[in-house]
Order: sequence, then C-alpha cells, then structure tokens
Amino acid sequence: MDKPFAITLDVGSSRANHTGAWRTERPVYVDLLPPCNNACPSGENIQQWLYDAEEGPARYEAAWRQIMADNPFPAVMGRVCYRPCETACNRAQLDSAVGINSVERFLGDEALRQGWQVPVAAAPTGRRVLVVGAGPSGLSAAYHLTRLGHQVTIKDAGAEPGGMMRYGIPKYRLPRDILDAEVYRILDMGVTLELNTRVTDIQAELAGPRSDSKLSERVDIFKDGEFDAAFVAVGAHIGRRAYIPAGDSARIMDAVTMLHGMEEGAVPMSGPMLGRRVAVYGGGNTAMDAARTARRLGASEAVVVYRRTRERMPAHDSEVEEALEEGIQMRWLSTVAHAEAGKLLIEKMKLDETGFPQPTGEFEELEADCLVLALGQNADLSVLEGVPGVAFSDGVVEVGPDLMTGHPGIFAGGDMVPAERTVTVAIGHGKKAARSIDAWLCSQGGRPPQTPPQGAGNAYAAPAKHGLAEFGGLNTWYYADAPATVRPRLEAARRITTFDEVTGGLDESTALFEARRCMSCGNCFGCDNCYGVCPDNAVLKLGDGVYEIDYDYCKGCGLCAAECPCGAIEMQPEPS
Amino acid sequence: MPYQRIKFYQTGSLAVGNRLLAEDQRSVQSTAGRSNALTCGHRACQGCGEALGARYALDAVHRATQGQMIAVNATGCLEVFSTPFPETSWQIAWLHSLFGNAPAVASGVAAALKAMGRTDIRVVGQGGDGGTVDIGMACLSGMFERNDDVLYICYDNQAYMNTGVQRSGATPPAARTATTQAVGREPGNRFGQGKNVPLIAMAHEIGYVATATVADLRDLEYKATRAMDFHGARYLHILVPCPLGWGSAPADTIKVARLATESGLFPVFEAETGAVTSSTPIRHRVPVTDYLRIQARYAHLFRPRERTEVIARIQAAADRNIARFGLMPADISAERTGLPAPVPVTSPAGLGLEGR
Amino acid sequence: MLKQVEGSRAVAEAVAMCRPQVICAYPITPQTHIVEALSAMVKDETLNAEFLNVESEFAAMSVAIGASAAGARAYTATASQGLLYMSEAVWNAAGLGLPIVMTVANRAIGAPINIWNDHSDAMSQRDAGWLQLYAETNQEALDLHVQAFRIAEELSVPVMVCMDGFLLTHASERVDVPAQTQVDAFLPRYEPRQVLDPAEPVSIGAMVGPEAFTEVRYLAYQRMRQALDVIGATAAGFAGQFGRPSGGLVRPYRTGDAEIVVAALGSVLGTVKDTVDELRADGHKIGVLGINTYRPFPADAVREALGGARHVVVLERALAPGSGGIVTADIRAALDPQARRISTVIAGLGGRAVTRKSLRGLLAQAGELPPLTFLDLDTGLVDRELARMRAARRSGPSPENMLRDLGITASRIG
Repeated sequence: MDKPFAITLDVGSSRANHTGAWRTERPVYVDLLPPCNNACPSGENIQQWLYDAEEGPARYEAAWRQIMADNPFPAVMGRVCYRPCETACNRAQLDSAVGINSVERFLGDEALRQGWQVPVAAAPTGRRVLVVGAGPSGLSAAYHLTRLGHQVTIKDAGAEPGGMMRYGIPKYRLPRDILDAEVYRILDMGVTLELNTRVTDIQAELAGPRSDSKLSERVDIFKDGEFDAAFVAVGAHIGRRAYIPAGDSARIMDAVTMLHGMEEGAVPMSGPMLGRRVAVYGGGNTAMDAARTARRLGASEAVVVYRRTRERMPAHDSEVEEALEEGIQMRWLSTVAHAEAGKLLIEKMKLDETGFPQPTGEFEELEADCLVLALGQNADLSVLEGVPGVAFSDGVVEVGPDLMTGHPGIFAGGDMVPAERTVTVAIGHGKKAARSIDAWLCSQGGRPPQTPPQGAGNAYAAPAKHGLAEFGGLNTWYYADAPATVRPRLEAARRITTFDEVTGGLDESTALFEARRCMSCGNCFGCDNCYGVCPDNAVLKLGDGVYEIDYDYCKGCGLCAAECPCGAIEMQPEPS
Repeated sequence: MPYQRIKFYQTGSLAVGNRLLAEDQRSVQSTAGRSNALTCGHRACQGCGEALGARYALDAVHRATQGQMIAVNATGCLEVFSTPFPETSWQIAWLHSLFGNAPAVASGVAAALKAMGRTDIRVVGQGGDGGTVDIGMACLSGMFERNDDVLYICYDNQAYMNTGVQRSGATPPAARTATTQAVGREPGNRFGQGKNVPLIAMAHEIGYVATATVADLRDLEYKATRAMDFHGARYLHILVPCPLGWGSAPADTIKVARLATESGLFPVFEAETGAVTSSTPIRHRVPVTDYLRIQARYAHLFRPRERTEVIARIQAAADRNIARFGLMPADISAERTGLPAPVPVTSPAGLGLEGR
Repeated sequence: MLKQVEGSRAVAEAVAMCRPQVICAYPITPQTHIVEALSAMVKDETLNAEFLNVESEFAAMSVAIGASAAGARAYTATASQGLLYMSEAVWNAAGLGLPIVMTVANRAIGAPINIWNDHSDAMSQRDAGWLQLYAETNQEALDLHVQAFRIAEELSVPVMVCMDGFLLTHASERVDVPAQTQVDAFLPRYEPRQVLDPAEPVSIGAMVGPEAFTEVRYLAYQRMRQALDVIGATAAGFAGQFGRPSGGLVRPYRTGDAEIVVAALGSVLGTVKDTVDELRADGHKIGVLGINTYRPFPADAVREALGGARHVVVLERALAPGSGGIVTADIRAALDPQARRISTVIAGLGGRAVTRKSLRGLLAQAGELPPLTFLDLDTGLVDRELARMRAARRSGPSPENMLRDLGITASRIG
C-alpha cells in the first residue's frame, strides 16, 4: 500500500508515545492483611485457603494443606472455634459474613475422608523437645516442632490425649471420632506420647550441655535430662470453688469435674444422682456446656444462674443461643446465697453505674436438686513452681512475646498463660511456641532457624504485618448478592435427648458456595478488572491472576485502584 | 439484559473476568490476547471514558467478526486523541473523514464492500454525541432510513468535549458547559425535552438499538456482539463520562457511569424494530444527588445554596425513566430505597412494553 | 455507436460503461437526468453497482468517500447549491486522495435562486484540490468521463467533469457512444493506492499539525503539476484508441496568426468559434482558445497557445464580485503582464444566452473593451437601481426591486 504522507498512518504507531510521563501518582499492587487472617488466633492464612477451595475439588487438598501449615485441627476448629474470623469478616458489612468456619469444617472432614497426611520434609535436627500437656496447645506445638525436624515427646497426666477438647467440650459439640482422628494424625507423624505421666521435676527433664552446643555459660541451669527445651501447656482444669453456705445434704459439684467425668465411660453424674432439676452457677461457656449436658443426662430442667446480664456473659453468643433453643432457662442478675437439699436461696442483683452487680437484699427460692459450679477454672501451676526465673501473676505464668518463661528454654502457652481461653488461641500458642523454640534451639546450637527472621536476642520474631484490608478499601459493587448459607442443625427436641453432633456441616456444593463468597480482601484474586478498565491498555495480563502495570503508558488515572473489588491496588506518589 | 448472568457470588459476572470461569464464558476484555482495537500511547485524558468505551465496543465487534471489520470515525475527541500525526493508536482498519458525515461514509464503505462481494467484512461508524446528535443527525437518519448495513456507535459524553466542553444537543439540563455557564439566574444548561437518539433510532424501526455504559462491561460486550448478529442499520448509544468536562475525578469514571444508571438518569435497554425488548434493572437505586454531587459541572446546584427545585426536576426525570423503561422490578419497594415509588406507566404505547 | 440522445443520457451511458461500483446521488436540477438514468440501469441490472439514494449532497460525497476508501470505484453528480452543500466533503475527498469522479452540471449559485447555467458553482470549488475538466460538447462530456476515471485513479486525485447545465445536459445531440469493450480496454480495473482492508489495516485521515501540514500541501501541489502531464497523455491515448480528439489541456482554434484571442470554458466555445469564423471572414485576425482543463491551470499550454496575440479577451460565465474575472486571474498569472492586454467579459450569468450577435458586436470593437465588461447588461435598469440606492439608505433586495422596475415576473433568458 502506498500510503500518502501524514494522512495515513501505520497501525499502533502510538506506542512510540510513552504517556507514562504524564503521571503524578502510580498504581501499585499490594497485599494487605485480610481481617480474617488478622483475627485468627492460630494465624491461619484464611484468604489463601479460601482462594484455593474456590477452585473446587481439584484444589481442596491444596486448601487443606494451607490450613495445616498453621493449624492441624481443621475438623475440630470447624466445630468448636468461636470464629473471630467471621466476626471480623468484611463481608458482614455487605450481606453476611462468609461461613469460613463451615468451609474449614468441610475441608477438615474431607481430609479425614480422603486420608490426607502431612509429611515431614525437614531433616532431623537431633534436638528433642518436651511438651507437657496433650491438649490443643501441646499437640499443636508437637505438630509444628515435628515439621521443623525436632523430636517431640508429649507427657500428659490424663488417660487420653486431647485436653479440654475431650474433657471440657461435650460430644455433641465435638464427636470423639473426629477428635481422635486429628489427634492421632499428629501423633502418627512421629510424636511420642506418654499418658498417665505427670511431670513433677521439669528441670530434671532438660538436658545438660552437648558437645556441639555453645551452652557453656548455661551449665549450671540444666541438669542431666534428655530434652533440649520444654513447652508447658497443662491448661486450666481446676474448677474454681466459691464459698457457698450450704446445708449438709446439699448436692454441689463443679462443672469441670462433671464434664470430665462424662469421658471416663462411667457416668457418675447419672440421672438419679443429678436430679430432675439442675442449677448451673456461672455465665461462661463451661456453664452452657454443663447445662446442656445436664439436660442430655435426663434433667428435665436446667437453669443457669448468673450474677450479671446476658450482654455481660462471657459465654459465646452462639452457645447461649443453642442453649436457649434447647430450653435452658437463664436467671440473670442472680447469685446463690445458700444451698439446701432440693432448693437454693437466690439473691437478686442490680448493676450499678459502673456495670458492677450489687446485692439488692431481695431473695427468692429456686428448686434445684443439684448445683453445678461453673465459676471459672484455675491452672495447676505446680509443674513450674520453684523453677528459677519463672514468674506468676493472677494465677497464670508470665511469658515473653515469644512465649518463653523467665527460665531459658522453658516455654508455656494455652490456658495457663495470660490469654483468651479458647481452643483456637491455644493452638496458636502451640505454633508460636514451636517457632520460638526452634529459633532458641538454633541460637544455642549454630544451625540457622527454619523460620525467618531472627529477632532481637535470637528470639523468634514474626515478620512485620501488612496493612489491614478494611471494608472501605473494597469496591463491593462487583460482588453478587449472596447471603451466607446456614449450617443445618438438629431439631432442638432431638438435640437434647442425644449426644449426636448438633450442628451438621455443609455439603460440598454449599461449602463451595460459601468459599466463593469470600471477597479476598486486600489480595488479588484474578478478576481481571484492572486489566479491563484501564483506558490506556497499561495493565498487562501475564497469566491467570498475574498482572503487571506497564508504567511506560500508565497515566495514573486511578481507575484500576478504584475498580479493584478487593482493594489490592493502591495509588502511591510517583517517585521523583 | 437478557443474557444469563453468571452466578458467581465472589464477583458475579459484574467484574471483567474471573479465573474460575471457562474460557468461552469470559469477556473479551479479560482475554490475555485481546485485540486492543485502541491500544496505548493515545492522548486521551487520564480516566477517559470514551477511550475505554471504544476499546470495549470495538474489541467485542472484532471478536464477533473475527477481525473482519472497518471503522469510520467522526471528528471529535476519539479521533483527535487517537490519530495525531505521526501516531495512531488504532490497530484496525480505520477512516476519518469529517465531523458530520461518519454515518454516510460508513454507508459508503458498506456499499463498496457489498459491490465488491465482501459482505464478510462488517462496518462500524462511530462518533461522539456532537457528531451524532447534532451535526451528524441528517446522515444518521439517512443511514437508518436506507437500512444500510452499519453499526453506528455513539459515545455520549454529553457535550462537545474536544473543542472545549461546549453544549451539545445531548447536554443534560442544568449541566455547566462553556456555552451554558454556571452564571446568571438559571446557571447551566436550560431544561428542554432532551434529544433521545436511541428513541429516534427506534422510531426509524431499525433492527437493533441498545444503550450501555462503561460501568457494565459485560452488558456492553453483549450488546456490541448481539448487534453484529443483525444486518442492516443498528445503533448503540454508550454513556462515557468525561472527567475533564464533567468535573469528576479520573478514577471515578466508572463509578459516575454506574450512578447514572443506578439513579435512573441513564436507562440501559435494548430494542428491536422499534419496541423495547429488555431493560437492565437498577440494582441498588440511588437518589440523583449521589450522581450529581461528584461532578463539578453540577456544583452550582449545591453551592452557594442547594437548588432543590432544580434537583427535584432532575429527580423527576429519573423517575420518569424508571417508570417508562421498567427499570425497577416490582418487588423493590419504596422503603428499601428510601425514595418515592416510581409512578407506573399505564399506557406504554410506542415503547412496545405490552406483555412485559 | 452513433446516437441522438440527451447529454445527460450520454453521460449516464458513459459512466455506466466505466463500471462504477458505488453510485450515490441526490437530485438537483439540472443533473437529475444523469442519476435517473443510472438508477434505472442499476435497478434493471444492466449495470452491476450499488446505487444509494442519499439524503443530501453532503451525504452523497460522503458515501463516495467511504466507498472509494474501501476500494470501490465511486461516482456522483451535482450542481450549484448541492456542490456548495457538499463543499466540506469535496475538500475532504481531495485531501484524502480519493479518485472519485463527479459530474457537475454547471448552474448558477443563489441567492437569488437560479437553476440555469453558469460556472459559478465549479468556480467556487476551484481550490478544493479536484481536477476540473470542462466539456465543450455532449460528445466531449461523454468522453471526459471515461478519461476522468483513468486520470483520477492514476493520480489518486478526484476529478470534476463540468458540463453546462441545460445547454449540454438537456440538449439532444448526435454522439458516438463507445462500446463496452473499448472502454474496458481503455480503463483498467481500479487498483487503489491505499485502501481500508482488515488484512492490512491502516488509519486513514490523521490529524496533521503545523510541523507537517505544509509538506502535505506541497505534495498536493506537486500532484497537480503531475496531473498536467497525465491529462495530456490520457487525452492522447484516448484519441489514439477512440479516434477523436477529446479533452486535453487546451484547444486552440485559428490562433496561429491571431492578434486577439478569445479564451473561454465550456459549451459557449461553440458560439465563440462561429462568431470568430464570421469575424475572420471580415478580416479580423482573431482566434479562440478553449481551456479544457481549468484545474490544474495549464499555464504553459495557455501561454504557448496564445502565441503572439496582443489582446486576450476572457469570456467568463462566472463573476467574483469582489474582484471581477476569475479565469482572467489565472490567465494573467500565466502571461507576461507587459506583453498582453487582457479584457474580461462576463457573459451568460444565470443562464442568459450568449448570442453570436452580441459577441460579434463586442469583439468587432475589441479595441475599445474596458478591462471588465458585462455582456448585454441592461445599463438603464442598473443605473436606475444604483440611483435609487444612493437616494434611499435602505432599499431592499436589489433583485426584487429590479423586477418591479422591469414590470415583469418571469426572468428573461435571451
């Protein structure tokens, strides 16, 4: 073609014009911290495993492995975790929170169905770690330490592993076959478990100097034990007993013992012993468990007596709801003044200006065959008493940010350290303690740590967190309307007569639906919006979900950032 | 829109793409090897809605015709920012003649292709609102009347932007332009009847007429593609915000277009042979003030004092559109939106809404 | 084949034989018979082309632009008001280099509206960048269309074939209509210089700024100069193939020893030659120069043809109100100002007949010609009108006044 000068031009010759020179600010892809990840006490990368799960059956295993990288108990979590992730979930501000917990349960159950395992990839380090307590915290620590290549022995005073998961949470919330499967999956990785073994002298367990270590200055601390470090997580399983004036034949017991007793096989608190009407004193999750268990054991009435109001109850709202649905009665603003055989004397309380309950001097009677105390739990700290450097306060062990006690090499976590007392928090402690122990062992022994980076004083320090992905940073227009699915539940009447699991899980299609409701806050999920809305073709698509800004042509208009549904693009000033 | 929205609750079919979709369900814009009828290096302003709309529409036509297409462009922003010698950002066969003749030139191209036995090659004529609604109206009407095989696309940014934001027949009431300035007793453009070119096109009873905006890519691609199923005259009217002329932030271009549809001011619909066949329902209705506030061309409606009577008239126009085109499904009640329920049209004569 | 047909019909047949692919037309007197004939040929499929009835002349030229750019041979026709209405597109076609052929059935431009012949319409577009060829006879009108397509396509420049409205378009004369095979042999298939083709996409019609616009225009100017050669060569080729002279740059008549030469365009040349024959018989050394190609202006050919003539009388069928003659200016620019005397005679405006009697009277006294004369002007009428205008400040439109003065309601032709 003989193109006339200037009138006719070759296609695409505009590429010679680098309009990127126009910019005063530029778009940058960022990875922000989704609020679910931020809220998870066990530090799961929720956004990532939901991203994997969204792709369907081909990626369920990858999603599960992502959970397992942080938390070895997804099936358990899916039943007992209080889901701070869902409370924090940004989607709640759009329609309703993503059912993260439901999806986790689905993946956990799927793993059990498929028999997926976690191999140990690290080379053995030759180090041995003692874990005291086979509850969630100890088991989690054992899992992570084993994956890091360490040899772990768990010693637990009880007859079976699981801690509060087995002895505190009733079967109808956590079926024992599920619990056993996930516990033994950890143990099968090569963890030594010694049951019915109480540790009395922890210092004796710890090893002295090794030929390859730099422990010369610590010779005096360690005796000739066999372990290089210890993680203590014995929980808090001693029920607090308040002083309650009682007659001789008043029947009073504590909830922890009651629930513990459910596992022993024998049912000491059977119907006739428990009575027809059971009163539970306290407002926490244990009180709910005790009341609901009482009903299942045959009590026709279970009343929870609590000194403050529902809003002030420490029990998780979902548990209160389930309890109410099962016909548990609640007596707010009440304290037990006196217990007799067959009845209680209740004093009414009122809240003062500071929200503190004050006695009113008004009393009434409550018929009750048995009073179960659920007033909180104390930790048995005897295993650490007398150990040099270890400090206590308020009934728990003081630990540093790396969960190490005042004694070098001895770490603690779970209900026995200052923290919110949930299974998930305990599991999170186990992970953090494992990393801290690994870092500490390296500092002692000349091997670089498996987990980066090294903190000050050779302690493990987590990498700096990214900024939080807030709801305001999202462009929610692009998310289609889809409220949460709701897990099926047993009919209330059926629930109270059996110990069958109350809340069922989602099936695969609804779990997939739930996973796909995730907005992937702050993290690109490959929606192609940036690639599509740039008027200047200045976003390159290198592959599914992989984009690059072509700064030669980007004019910095900001449309990509404005139309990114998950807020994974930020406009930053153009570097001069 | 009658096409099936993909039920993807993560992003639905509202986002450009989705890695979880099968290839054949993806939008043209999401494919890595898209044709980029308009490529980078052009001189459009930052955030230009017309550059975006043009690429969207023409890439869709490119796919529908397997690249066998020719575009004829009227004088205007799109032409000027895309072909300043020595640079052109077009990657398709393209011709620019004059301001008012794009529809006629396109007719000529179509006639030539027919005479040469090349009806596999399809023709698109395109121009801004100025070149379509005003100076090009005679040629457009002639093309419609002859039913020439041309898809004409109007990129409507509601004023003569390229010459400095002067008022056109498409400028909405109360809007500030350089020839309807925000001064005097009635600042901004006067209230008239408007000049609804999609309805004019429908009055010509041509095979396919549709409106769209840059806020809904999937819908726009669907309409451009559907238009190519027809032969004969077709018309596509796309709302393309202009950050410069509208006084909106460049990053707000898509948001502004979205608000135009969600307020009811710009109805999105399709028509065949003079009757409306579908309309896109409003998803989350907003009052017109949400739309007006973020454009400086309407700033005089809010400062120094809020001109409530003018705003009310604009709101009334939006309400009329909603009623006339059936933009709100019946089950969305007033309480949910906080706005008065639109008055239902009792006799949808002339719009072919019977039986809907 | 010899035929006695109306000029319009002859042109339509010639155009049809050139195998146009797109014909677009808007009716305007006196072009209508051309496009009517072509429309019938397309409709009964004698001619295989696309015929578009467009909504205005602006649309007609625009359709032709689109068609030509897409690689089709395009044709349209217009006159007067229509040519003005498409003016923007006329310039656009030349600027884009599209070889469109258009018949202009020369007609006066209003106001006042006038449907009869003069050259003001084509003159208004003389700088648009089109070639302008003027036909003296219906035969030449027919022939020029065949040549026009070939010239246009060789140069990639549009060509206007001008034929006097009514005088040629509506006159029946004997013409020799060529055979299709002859035309096919003379006019090859259209091979566009540039074309809209998805297989090889380009952007046609870029915006060119100060840095390159001059060069673009210079190249257009050069193309016009090149056109002089192409026109000459095409006419020669035509003569060879069809056996008769037609077209070309200029056609001198009895200029060899002339002292006075009358220069003119179009059909009036017939009357001028008859008058010159009479004057020659009376001993006047007078000749005629027909200017066949007005754009590009064949300055060299004009100068050469004028030879030693001392006095050039330019007979113009158009008027530049602000300056006088139009063709005169071109001729004057081609000649040495010292050596020649040039007189402009404005004649035949708005279709007024140019008679041998009037011409003879004027040319016999050529020596007394002022620089600018209006042939057969009703001096009494205009003097009265001028006096009236001097007397009253606001005198109303002149034409109406003059008509009232004349006491007639119909226009006078002869």
